[in-house]
Amino acid sequence: MLATALVAGLLAATLVRFAPGFDADESALDPGLRQESIQALQQERSGEKHIFAFYRSYLRNALHGDLGSSRSLEQPVRSLLHDRWRVTAHLVVVGLFLAWTLALGLALSSALLQWSPYELLGTTLSGTALCIPAGVFALLSVLLRIPGEAVVACIVYPKIHRYTRNLVTRIYHQPYILSARSRGVNRARILLLHVLPMIGPQLAALAGISVGLAVGATVPVESLLGLPGLGQLAWQAALARDLPLLVSLTLAITLVTLLANCFGDVIAEAIRTNEA
Amino acid sequence: MKSIRRFALAILLAVASVSLAADWISPANYRTQYREVPNAPPSKQHVLGTDSLGRDRWARLLYGTRVSLTLAPAAAAISTLIGVLLGGISGYLGGVWARLAMAVTDLFLSLPWLFLLITVRALLPLNVSPYASVSITFLILGLLGWAASARVLCATALSLRNSSFVLQARASGLHGARLFLVHVLPNLKPVLLAQFWISIPVFILSEANLGILGLGVTEPLPSWGSLLRELESLLSLHQEPWKLAPLLVLVLVVTSFQLVLSNEEIAT
Amino acid sequence: MIRRVLWLAFLMAMSSFPAAAQGGGELRFCLRGEPKTFDPLKVGDEPSLSIRYLTGGVLVRVDRKTQELQPELATSWKVSKDSREITFTLRPGVLFSDGTPFSTDDVAYTMQRLMDPSLHSSTADAFRSGAGAVSTKVTGNNRISVLFPAPVTGLDRLFDQVAIVSAHSPHKDSAVLGPFVVAEYKPGSSVLLHRNPNYWKKDTQGRSLPYLDSIRLDIQPNRDIEMLRFTRGELDLINALDAENFDRLASTNSQAAHDAGVSLDSEQLWFNQVSTAPIPAYKRAWFQSKNFRRAISLAINREDLARIAFNGHARPAAGPVSPGNKFWFNAKLTADRNDPAAALQRLQKDGFHLLNGVLLDKDGNAVEFSIVTNAGSKSRERMAVLMQEDLQKIGMKVNVVTLDFPSLIERISQKFNYEAALLGFANVDLDPNGQMNIWLSSAEDHAWNPLQKSPATPWETEIDRLMRQQASTSDPQQRKQSFDLVQEIVVDQAPMIFLVNKDALSAVSSAIGNADPVVLHPQTFWNAEKLTLNSSMRASR
Repeated sequence: MLATALVAGLLAATLVRFAPGFDADESALDPGLRQESIQALQQERSGEKHIFAFYRSYLRNALHGDLGSSRSLEQPVRSLLHDRWRVTAHLVVVGLFLAWTLALGLALSSALLQWSPYELLGTTLSGTALCIPAGVFALLSVLLRIPGEAVVACIVYPKIHRYTRNLVTRIYHQPYILSARSRGVNRARILLLHVLPMIGPQLAALAGISVGLAVGATVPVESLLGLPGLGQLAWQAALARDLPLLVSLTLAITLVTLLANCFGDVIAEAIRTNEA
Repeated sequence: MKSIRRFALAILLAVASVSLAADWISPANYRTQYREVPNAPPSKQHVLGTDSLGRDRWARLLYGTRVSLTLAPAAAAISTLIGVLLGGISGYLGGVWARLAMAVTDLFLSLPWLFLLITVRALLPLNVSPYASVSITFLILGLLGWAASARVLCATALSLRNSSFVLQARASGLHGARLFLVHVLPNLKPVLLAQFWISIPVFILSEANLGILGLGVTEPLPSWGSLLRELESLLSLHQEPWKLAPLLVLVLVVTSFQLVLSNEEIAT
Repeated sequence: MIRRVLWLAFLMAMSSFPAAAQGGGELRFCLRGEPKTFDPLKVGDEPSLSIRYLTGGVLVRVDRKTQELQPELATSWKVSKDSREITFTLRPGVLFSDGTPFSTDDVAYTMQRLMDPSLHSSTADAFRSGAGAVSTKVTGNNRISVLFPAPVTGLDRLFDQVAIVSAHSPHKDSAVLGPFVVAEYKPGSSVLLHRNPNYWKKDTQGRSLPYLDSIRLDIQPNRDIEMLRFTRGELDLINALDAENFDRLASTNSQAAHDAGVSLDSEQLWFNQVSTAPIPAYKRAWFQSKNFRRAISLAINREDLARIAFNGHARPAAGPVSPGNKFWFNAKLTADRNDPAAALQRLQKDGFHLLNGVLLDKDGNAVEFSIVTNAGSKSRERMAVLMQEDLQKIGMKVNVVTLDFPSLIERISQKFNYEAALLGFANVDLDPNGQMNIWLSSAEDHAWNPLQKSPATPWETEIDRLMRQQASTSDPQQRKQSFDLVQEIVVDQAPMIFLVNKDALSAVSSAIGNADPVVLHPQTFWNAEKLTLNSSMRASR
């Protein structure tokens, strides 16, 4: 897992370093700045030009707790991350809870009720949520005074819902389930004791993925709502090609993603073993 | 539910036909600017009004539908195919293959692909045609959008490889690709269909957002995504509800896709 | 009778009080981005500029309304004839926000820090007119002279940007001389300013300024959300309001929508004339042709740009200087009127001709080029699409490409792999000397062909000469004469095709008293120390 994270950091640094605009700075368009000043400001990035040397130096310093300094915000990266991670964590945790509650609730209730109009309503709701741009959600949330966590949930839930609904429906039509249904076994019992365990590994994998989806959703949500979290920081860093900040954020996001997916894999394996 | 599916199919065909016939049925060219009537409300001449540059909204919706309805499903198919090849097959093989594939997937999910997209834009000539630009954008989205579904497919395939019917098939001499295609792949369909269906609107919206990098559809060609970006001026929507037309069409198409693609029905 | 007169006099005296005998309250508005620095000498981005304006004390201030220079921390000043020395007489009895006395030491220390070779900012570079050290000399009680190695044009006005920092305060970073002091900074969220309890300025009744207790600056890049919050009463001001939101506000609350008239901002299009640019030689030949550029200027419908892209809150630009810049604007210049026939005639002089609606050059190449601009600016994107259609009418195919800012900057200032660019000037300095780096052919911001070793064309040679001429004299009329000629050459040769000058639009809540939005930055809070807040009116919105 650590190796994957380190490779991710290096690849991210490479992508940023060789993307257009790395050497460019808004100061180049400032008519008040002389050529010498513009060159001096560009020279400040010289340590970042050789990517392997930069990454080596970055990791060496990171071992001592020094994540470098953000060029665009002129603050230590460590304090930037420290100041903002709570906002993002709150958005992600609460947003995911709401998203899963809504998605599972809709999918399972649809299977329970077995009623086409309800199924159609669920499909239309999640379809509509998928079609609305994040910017519109953000504006709606300000208009209706809905917290950012709900916006994250609205962005993430339709993806979870669709997978869950399809998986539930697929198992619901398996011969042994049909047999149980025909013998009059309670639908809720079928769902909880027979359907959910069968799709447990997939749900566990989906849970891991959903963490990544929620973290990704924080970028537009925080940027648009002006929430001082890591997502907003990531967007600012991307626009400014702020290499130390971007590498740190990539490492953080990779570790979170890996942990979430690893956790999902462990649960999935446990369920499979149990079933076997 | 069968009648609903037929109805949904009819809607899809109708939308596709109308958009393909845009050249004949559109009252105006999508780029013609009626500069004396910008931001006009619906009227006989402009049934959905005009946009901020005086262009007929109905014409732009027709042509935008043609662009997005062709390319978004194609990109969704690409991402689904890559997902099943990487996730499905690695899960079926299991062991070190599954672990390797998932490590690659996790790596893929973590990287800031924004910078790859910026680099792609830099490599493209500035004078690339709007159709080429939007096609390349959707292709890239398809090539980058497989990772989440690959994970779920891998988990599903891992569960299936030790299921009783697969073991039975193996015992009766079925192996390798044939076993995968006949017994495993059909059971991956719920995830595949979900991935395909989710990808369509996600790619449409992503294409619009990529305009900030110089990718996506370029003016004056419209796409659903570029039309939906107008909704971000939400403050005027209650006075100009006709601006919601592209969103309604997209929701209709996306819902219809799901109803058509849904294999199992909820029994009534 | 006497009682009646006295009563009347009392009433008149009461009515002459500033429009809120209520002091106090917290003003709220937004910054469009994160401030990059709180060091007033390093400021370059707009959010940091706004904070510096509110917290920094300066020796002299350009009155944003009259555009005249006014005394501030200096009661008087004198610039030497050769513009190499300026002497300030400082205001006595002034204290920093932490109580430290203000003296000549602080001015000397500020200049020393400003002129440090390792400090790179536009504030500092404005004073770097030549090689050699800048020195200060205390010439009397509260009198200090600053000496420069070479003449600095417009020397006194440059001190409007120099916020004096403390030499002796134990809290050097936070001690300020302006009306407000930074009390709290929540990264990504907000900046809170409290009133400076030791601010030196008093109103005509002798009351200490500022009237406000505090200012809260929320960090909010999204203009629609900013607008929404303003209409809900959560914000009191919006600076630099865009045209769409202005019209929206004007239709519901016309008192809050302010149009201060034409701003100094402009939008312009230019073509890449760099000889080593990686573009086809035949295209470079087009862009280097005056006839081609003038034809483009004639083909563009500026009236439509102003009317449609800016909802009528802009006007066609006649040249590089906006009429909002009262003194420096060349009133002889007029904007090119849209005339496609005249445009085609110009092009024919260079051998261009139309074939089946497509314009071809003399070698048969179809005229097709791209315009790059920054993404995220709706008005700029609309302008580009409007121009695309205008130029299509004369057979040109134009591709509009919006890019993220760093990619755009790299293309137009480093790699030069672009064909035409559409950008704008904002927060422009009144004095043309602030634009030396644009007009001098050897300068880095000479957008169409920067950093020339020697001028590529006779007209650029002439512009170089005229710009240096206006910089070498302190006589305003002589300077204006030279710069008027520069403007005429620019319009004639059209290396930059000036399109529109935008109006200065802003929103001010009716709860704010003494607000008087102007054209110069910062439009709405230029007189922040005199703004008042009627809390009951805010509550009733």
